[in-house]
Amino acid sequence: MVNAWIIATIVAVVAGLVGFFVVIRGAAFVAHAIPNGSFAGAAGASLVGAGTLVGLGVFSLLGAVGIGLLGRRGRQDVATALGLVAMLATGALFVHVSAAYAPAIYSLLFGEILGVSSSALAPTAALAGACAVAIALLWRPLMLSSVLPEVAAARGVSAFGMQLAFLAVVALATTMTVPVVGTLLIFTLMVGAPAAARSLTARPLRALALSVALALATVWGAIAASYASNWPVGFFVGAFSAACFAAARTWTAWRRRGLDWVIR
Amino acid sequence: MSFLVAPGFWSSGPVGTAVVVGAVAAAVSAAVGVFTVIRGQSFAGEALADINTTGGSAAYLAGVGPLWGFVVVALVAAGAMELAGVQRPRGRDLATGVVLGAGLGLAALFLYLNATTHSTTGAAVTILFGSIFTVDGSLVAPIIVLSAAALVAILAIQRPLLLSSLHAELAAARGIHVRRIGALYLCALAIAVALCAITIGTILSTALLVGPAASALRLTKSPGRAILCAALIGTAATWLGILLAYDSYSWPPSGQGWPVSFFVVMTILVAYLLAGLVAARRRRAVR
Repeated sequence: MVNAWIIATIVAVVAGLVGFFVVIRGAAFVAHAIPNGSFAGAAGASLVGAGTLVGLGVFSLLGAVGIGLLGRRGRQDVATALGLVAMLATGALFVHVSAAYAPAIYSLLFGEILGVSSSALAPTAALAGACAVAIALLWRPLMLSSVLPEVAAARGVSAFGMQLAFLAVVALATTMTVPVVGTLLIFTLMVGAPAAARSLTARPLRALALSVALALATVWGAIAASYASNWPVGFFVGAFSAACFAAARTWTAWRRRGLDWVIR
Repeated sequence: MSFLVAPGFWSSGPVGTAVVVGAVAAAVSAAVGVFTVIRGQSFAGEALADINTTGGSAAYLAGVGPLWGFVVVALVAAGAMELAGVQRPRGRDLATGVVLGAGLGLAALFLYLNATTHSTTGAAVTILFGSIFTVDGSLVAPIIVLSAAALVAILAIQRPLLLSSLHAELAAARGIHVRRIGALYLCALAIAVALCAITIGTILSTALLVGPAASALRLTKSPGRAILCAALIGTAATWLGILLAYDSYSWPPSGQGWPVSFFVVMTILVAYLLAGLVAARRRRAVR
């Protein structure tokens, strides 16, 4: 149980940090595609007998580069969709050929946070540290190219380079979080809480802090609820994130309407 | 001939059903998919497809056929996206993403309940990756009716839909209800995605929806011609996938056949890359 709390805290912090950029870049689809597609890596690793983390890392990086290159010419969303299905189809083949046991697939897709062993702590913490350092180093150029792409280009920041760097950070976050919360739900964490934070405040640093705080609250609440009810953690993460987003939207709309009323 | 087509292919009942269902699903997703690509709503298609996992697992739980779970839940999710603000281009991806996250959470719950109450642990794999060879022959009639409904809906609103996809303000000025048209389109998308889910499984259905349409739009700019072209590519890909999967029963390593979905997706991917090459060559020829 203690392991689950520590790992979940690390995962929530990283999801909050990376998710902030997912939201300001409007890159929800990519944040969905890379974790989802990296499932193929885990399936492939179990087929050849390599470590899950290695498989996930290789496939999420390959997916990030593939989506970046495909999206260079042509439509970004089409490139993302096709990159995703290519990885998933490979995963389907791996699963089929290795005749993997169905519950193993379920835990890959939806995570197994309550069954985390203490040996997973060190690699997760190391990857989380790498993720945080990468974001700190990229902070200014990534921020600029996300908010004002033309100004960034004029200043000599390459849009394609920043896109690749951003995708690589998402891939890194994916690698560390997927064994814990599963491919399908890391995405929920990277979108729900940061989107709620973003709609509450426009200041970058405050939004970043709020997004990490909301992600932490979501994950802690989900684990407690799952422990009490015996239902899957994933369900509560999804439900709490959606509730977070809806509450933030309602609050913002209500405040704006209040202001309108004052002005009138 | 038996080198290309394994014996028994033509006389097999499941193969006959698969050929019909595959072609119907490819035709509907071509018509809907072209508009999906033009509107830049691949993510909405992908989200509806993934949410179909919820529908499929709910259907297992309730003991009804997966097709009805797919259709009902996809329509509900389309309604939720519409309410969450899919019609505005800004923030659209986030609204889609939040609905998708909530839907996946529900899927996790339903699959868990399936595993504990019905001890059907295989449900996850069947729903996610699907198999066109297991489609029940009695489902062919409802599938054709649903496809016809979606096709008629898309063709009926084709012109206002195209205008409001390309230029929403102009469409509104012309008196088109942009939002109502968008909602109708989302319903057609939900049905198309449900059909794709039956064919190649929920998490791969995006391939059939977006791939052929995107390839076709690289080859031609006219929407009508693009729909025809996409239908051809989609049908060819599903049939080739069915044929290869049938043949693969004698392939290594296990002799139990490779998944149909794998072949379909890879064929579509090759078609997309080839279409890009053709378009590039044509552009060079013009210069």
